[in-house]
Amino acid sequence: MVTIYDGKPGLSRRELLKRGGIGALLVISGSAVISPEHAWGLETSALKPETMATLIQMARDIYPHDQVPDKYYAIAVKGHDEQAGKDAAYKTMIEDGIADLDKKSGDGGYRGLGWEEQRVAVLKQIEATPFFQAIRGGLVVSLYNQKEVWPIFGYEGESFSKGGYIARGFNDIEWL
Amino acid sequence: MATAFDLNNDGVVVIIGSGAGGGTLGNELAQKGVDVVILEAGARHEYEEFVNDEWDSFTQLAWKDKRTTSGDWRVAKDFPNLPAWIVKSVGGSTTHWAGASLRFQEHEFKTLSTYGKLEGANLLDWPITLAEMEPYYAKAEAKMGVTGTNDWPRLPGNNNFKVLKAGADKLGYKECHTGNMAINSVERDDRLSCQQTGFCFQGCKWGAKWSTLYTEIPKGEATGHLEVRPNAMAIKINHDASGKVTGVVYADKDGKLQEQKARIVAVAGNSIESPRLLLNSSSGKFPDGLANSSGQVGKNYMRHTTGSVYAIFDKPVHMYRGTTMAGIIRDEARHDPSRGFVGGYEFETLSLGLPFMAAFLDPGAWGRSFTTALDHYDHMAGLWIVGEDMPRAENRITLHADMMDEHGMPIADVHFDDHPNDTAMRNHAYKQASALYAAVGATRTFPTPPYPSTHNLGTNRMSEKAADGVVNKHGQTHDIKNLFVSDGSQFTTGAAENPTLTIVSLAIRQADYIAAQMSAKTI
Repeated sequence: MVTIYDGKPGLSRRELLKRGGIGALLVISGSAVISPEHAWGLETSALKPETMATLIQMARDIYPHDQVPDKYYAIAVKGHDEQAGKDAAYKTMIEDGIADLDKKSGDGGYRGLGWEEQRVAVLKQIEATPFFQAIRGGLVVSLYNQKEVWPIFGYEGESFSKGGYIARGFNDIEWL
Repeated sequence: MATAFDLNNDGVVVIIGSGAGGGTLGNELAQKGVDVVILEAGARHEYEEFVNDEWDSFTQLAWKDKRTTSGDWRVAKDFPNLPAWIVKSVGGSTTHWAGASLRFQEHEFKTLSTYGKLEGANLLDWPITLAEMEPYYAKAEAKMGVTGTNDWPRLPGNNNFKVLKAGADKLGYKECHTGNMAINSVERDDRLSCQQTGFCFQGCKWGAKWSTLYTEIPKGEATGHLEVRPNAMAIKINHDASGKVTGVVYADKDGKLQEQKARIVAVAGNSIESPRLLLNSSSGKFPDGLANSSGQVGKNYMRHTTGSVYAIFDKPVHMYRGTTMAGIIRDEARHDPSRGFVGGYEFETLSLGLPFMAAFLDPGAWGRSFTTALDHYDHMAGLWIVGEDMPRAENRITLHADMMDEHGMPIADVHFDDHPNDTAMRNHAYKQASALYAAVGATRTFPTPPYPSTHNLGTNRMSEKAADGVVNKHGQTHDIKNLFVSDGSQFTTGAAENPTLTIVSLAIRQADYIAAQMSAKTI
């Protein structure tokens, strides 16, 4: 579960970094979602930053990989902000989708649900909607096609420049 | 500089498509001194330009033009506009193919006689036999450098093969090896041997895998008798009042329509585009499309009974390292109806990179059941099922009633329903493969649904009688003497084996026939 502080305007980076010390969390400041501990932030231009923070959580709940940091989920969903900037109908679909998700999740909203199982139960209710399918479908490429996440899964990617695997373990299995 | 032929030169053979069928036919004819123009819809990317990256390569090579789908196959739901994973580039799908080069078995040329009539299946014997094909198979194997033939050693087994082999031994399978692969196991034909790079599907950047792109095509061009015209999308085949074909209308790289005159036209655009082109060439004289007096053009679409099984082990495998498909078990390829289905299937090693594994392992799935599979990606082994599927008249390519491509040509719709025999075979294969991996200690297995089709077959099928099919035993259409089909759409039935070796063998055989008929002035 990612904790979100709804930031007050003018929160300094130093202050953010200080807060970041308490653990993995996302902070919303102005138009950005910020991960102080990991020193990255994501500016939104079309979507509300709260929406982006919820999208990041939603992305993790759809494709949960506990060893993959939030940063890569944030990168994976940032295309929706760009798309929303170009397409008003798309922006409405995303904002309405997130609002609906929060409504279905009770008083604390989607990010207020403590357990993944609780959030997944809400996602199950909207699984067939174009909103959910747009988020899930986009993630298949935008999450798993980040070269930076491949090593986390033990996938080595491009091998031509290293001469293939002929001298690098194509047949190195030893446990059979 | 390769030869360029004039648009009004009506002495040339025009071949549509530069893949296994078209590229081979073009070179074979050029070697005999016949002038050939190959119209290729895609661009020309030499092998140095290929990329070791699944999505980037897909963008570079795949045929992405919109198609529609219908039927009960899962591809229609998960990939409604991508029924097939094939290539639009010079070299066609020989850039993407895995290299598995197997001869058909004798009975697979005689399925109606061997299997008998099967409800819901449109089985037919081929008008040729294995014995007639053997000399051409031998020529194709020699041309392509198929391992395990002509004293070329088989490839060394990679990690994924070693897991397969260990499981095969435990299950008592007898015929398991690294296959007959059109991938150099030694340097030959001025090309390197396999460097175990993986990424066979993304185009071999070493040129070790046979592809018409850097074998047949440059050899044909060197004769001065072959021109390959890239970015030339065939739209319509024209004919004269007597019904002979006279030329091919195509959209050039700027989208401008051109007509290349022709003495002979050979269609080799793969089993979706070839019937699409024949159907789109309908005229007052041929209202149902060219060569379609039988009504069989576009019908009997086959795609092999495929599926994959991936398995997770408690120790690493790194299945993606090395030659993707150099590993086979042939024991289930026999025809043995006691298993509950006719025909047979092969097991072949397969792996996908992480990006494609995420897209294809269980399309549409989400949540921890799915993601914990990917968490163990480097502990996975995998295989592909390739089995004979049943031809069905209703499995077919049709022209879409109202959707057009950018040239105003109706797009193709691909309809496919599994025959009960296909389903029974796939379930048998899932069970055997799961048992195989369990025998080596798999902790979890995944019966993975078929991907968008790579083996597209049968939509202009070969038949003894004109009423039963589209082409005769030489791939010559029954209706029009100077119109040929030169790709896998000629296949009467699909057999259990990967189709490329048979497509190449048929193209070599067809070139002999066309050259002889041209000399005799019968066409």
